[in-house]
Amino acid sequence: MARVVVDVMLKPEILDPQGKAVHGAFGRLGFDGVADVRQGKRFEITLDGEATEEKVAEIRKAADTLLANPVIEDYTLHVEDDR
Amino acid sequence: MKIGVVTFPGSLDDVDARRAAAVAGAEAVALWHGDADLHGVDAVVLPGGFSYGDYLRAGAISRFAPVMETIIKKAGEGLPVLGICNGFQVLCESHLLPGALIKNHHRKFICKDQPLRIENNRTAWTSDYDANHEITIVLKNQDGSFVADEATLDRLEGEGLVVARYLDENPNGSYRDIAGISNERGNVVGLMPHPEHCVETLTGPSTDGLGFFTSVLKAVVSS
Repeated sequence: MARVVVDVMLKPEILDPQGKAVHGAFGRLGFDGVADVRQGKRFEITLDGEATEEKVAEIRKAADTLLANPVIEDYTLHVEDDR
Repeated sequence: MKIGVVTFPGSLDDVDARRAAAVAGAEAVALWHGDADLHGVDAVVLPGGFSYGDYLRAGAISRFAPVMETIIKKAGEGLPVLGICNGFQVLCESHLLPGALIKNHHRKFICKDQPLRIENNRTAWTSDYDANHEITIVLKNQDGSFVADEATLDRLEGEGLVVARYLDENPNGSYRDIAGISNERGNVVGLMPHPEHCVETLTGPSTDGLGFFTSVLKAVVSS
């Protein structure tokens, strides 16, 4: 079974309050030298069988319609081989 | 005259919205997210709350509920639809309204009495307000920051589609202090603050919210 991974991030121009909160915690815990933190989402989608072109195209469609909101987010998609 | 109020899993303000519809003189009809039938209602309210726990993005999963397929179609035909708070998020996710709502810039939940200016009183939901009418209603949200690209913001302002704007301090980081917008036709309105909590003096800071519900009664009667 193949796995498709979709990583979703807020567009660079959109403020990320969650990332800001994490960045603030870095400072409080003494992790220095960090300029910025952005928080995203990772979806690991396990397919029934092989990652055929058609199946990956379907997942891309799901990413466009559900997993990411193109108004505020970008995503990348890649296929992971069997392990 | 029937106003339908949709209940999603995680809706909180559906009962108050039905009460507000009744106070305004309408028959309030409870609609269920899993039922695509609108049961003959003349207008629809998508209420506040945390449908599906705001999982994925606020409103992102509700947008695909069976009832939304019908509402999206009917909204295109002119059905008046008001999305309040989480309902506004659902309308943006449905692409019935442009832009999106993200977490408050200060990262805290907010609950306060919020002054607003009604800048567009030509929509189905705001005709009972005077132009530039200033009102105070409840604001309570976590993902209330309205964002859109510059071109969209310019278009909303240029075409007079900003329905309500925050007065005094911007409470949540919304671009250009935008609290509510409408579509071009004026039948679909999204609003972050809560008019349904402000229809009776016993429980709200004012009765300033009642105008949204009385406006739509007139819009339906005159159409």
